[in-house]
Amino acid sequence: MSLTLGSPAAHAQATERAPDTMEARLRACEPCHGRQGGGTNSDYFPRLAGKPSGYLMNQLVAFRDGRRRYPPMNYLLEYQADPYLQKIAEYFAALRPPPLPQPVADVSAAVLARGRSLVAEGDQARGVPACSGCHGPKLTGMEPAIPGLVGLRANYISAQLGAFRYGTRTAAEPDCMQLVAASLTESDVTAVAAWLASVPVPPDPSPVPKGTLQMPLGCGSEPN
Amino acid sequence: MLSLPILLAGWLLAGLSAAARADDHALVTRGEYLARAGDCIACHTNPGGALFAGGLAMATPFGTIYSSNITPDPKTGIGSWTADDFYGVMHTGRFPDGGLIYPAMPFGSYTKVTREDSDAIFAYLRSVPPVRQPNRPHDLRFPFNNRQLILGWRTLFFHEGEYQPDPTKSAEWNRGAYLVEGLGHCAMCHSPINALGGSSQSQAFEGGLIPMQNWYAPSLTSNKEAGLGEWSIDEIVDLLRTGVSHRGAVYGPMAEVTFNSLQYLNDADVRAMAIYLKSLGEGTPPGAEVSGIPAPEGSLLLSFGQTVYETHCASCHAKDGRGMPPEYPPLAANPSIQMESAVNPVRMVLNGGFPPGTQSNPMPYGMPPFAQTLSDDEVAAVVTYIRAAWGNRGSPVSSRQANELRTAPVE
Repeated sequence: MSLTLGSPAAHAQATERAPDTMEARLRACEPCHGRQGGGTNSDYFPRLAGKPSGYLMNQLVAFRDGRRRYPPMNYLLEYQADPYLQKIAEYFAALRPPPLPQPVADVSAAVLARGRSLVAEGDQARGVPACSGCHGPKLTGMEPAIPGLVGLRANYISAQLGAFRYGTRTAAEPDCMQLVAASLTESDVTAVAAWLASVPVPPDPSPVPKGTLQMPLGCGSEPN
Repeated sequence: MLSLPILLAGWLLAGLSAAARADDHALVTRGEYLARAGDCIACHTNPGGALFAGGLAMATPFGTIYSSNITPDPKTGIGSWTADDFYGVMHTGRFPDGGLIYPAMPFGSYTKVTREDSDAIFAYLRSVPPVRQPNRPHDLRFPFNNRQLILGWRTLFFHEGEYQPDPTKSAEWNRGAYLVEGLGHCAMCHSPINALGGSSQSQAFEGGLIPMQNWYAPSLTSNKEAGLGEWSIDEIVDLLRTGVSHRGAVYGPMAEVTFNSLQYLNDADVRAMAIYLKSLGEGTPPGAEVSGIPAPEGSLLLSFGQTVYETHCASCHAKDGRGMPPEYPPLAANPSIQMESAVNPVRMVLNGGFPPGTQSNPMPYGMPPFAQTLSDDEVAAVVTYIRAAWGNRGSPVSSRQANELRTAPVE
């Protein structure tokens, strides 16, 4: 180690090194996404742990390249290359911290019932597919790139559906979620978000394997 | 049947053209390297868009400027230009038809680039895939939308001419000066910008607030700021090329420069830049004045700041501010913390950030954003504390200043 001209001798003393772990590298994620990506009490920041790595990678790249707009995330990822983003995605995908306590829904039983029906069956008359058709019967997602919808807060889910609709969150074409979100009314969004936020996280929140589900519509993020 | 002389001539020609192809290849490779040194990609490529197709929006105090398509597409790019045209743009800041270029293009620096290097960059740009993408018109306010105004700006701030080596200095120093002052266009940020959007030569590298971005580009001539006079050459090389060092890390707009440009430069060139940059800071006093903050025990602000520091910061940056370099940078004796402008440390606390991912540091350690965790008072206290603790000599920061920077653009 080189001594520097004019610098205090203390400078050259060996100091402790940071742990060579992903956890130590990714402390920047903790304030919003919680320890081990397990989420926080904040309504607007999602849990990351256990989501499929392909999904997380798509989001990291979309934030970096500005295809998904959220300035604090766009800023943090601006100068990172794909291989590191891939490692970050795999790191969070493999974690299984315990789920956070879920807040009690503050909507009526009728709204929850409407949400449950939309999630499980969609609205065939209006061409709205069921969430479970792609996100899985237990809503834990499908490898490699369809995220689980459990363990998220209602405000986060409705904000994302709004972002799809207004184009501040976009994905590879065909952008299936943009089509789905555009077919939902405001009250649909409230109902779906409230119901999803109330579904208990299953003991094994792992996504189902690739190809398990016959998807009702084409999706650029999840090529068959 | 072919006669022997014709066969021979054929071999000779084939040999010549193979040699010419090898020459072309070498020229293009050199041009690519020099284009990296000039960081052309930063402005001429939209994130996620086609290489060098332009269209990147750049906010300026005068309106929005959109970068141009420099792919070899003949209609929308520079496919119809000659090497003379390209050198003219680089050297004089005028389009081939004589039109004036807005000084967002750093031709004030590029004018120092040699004809040979300009030709190599041009050869490289000719080799990238052409992209048909028309340039987007600038969106500048009156009167700045009148290009004739650029004439006045040029009279005041533009000095045409290739870099002239200083014969009293080493070849390495001159190479470093050529890269820093020319292709590197470091003065675009690291010089004070006046109300006319110009920077005077006499104040070159004295630092300044980058317009619209609200990041402070520190002085490279003052050791109180980023003056590197007290750093070792190895530390400067690490900082520039790796993005982290035992003295500090690059962040904000400088992270872009390391990410897109400096990490690709060879050891000799980065070393030459380090030698030149170190010389800029040498001979300036390391800042004798005291911060004017009373001793910790006498100041409520500082003891509050110390509490915040020990709760949120000390686990990485250490109680004594020495950090765990190079992963977690030191704050003690880190000039970046103590500069007259406190914009950068306040923004780092609010926004956090990662050093750039580079070939020699592909998985950098990030700093958490504290905008949601800490109040304005806590941000002000902790930044005041790190600016005054461990022998640091920065001035106090107010809650109002912390509050104002919450809304600063983060990109």
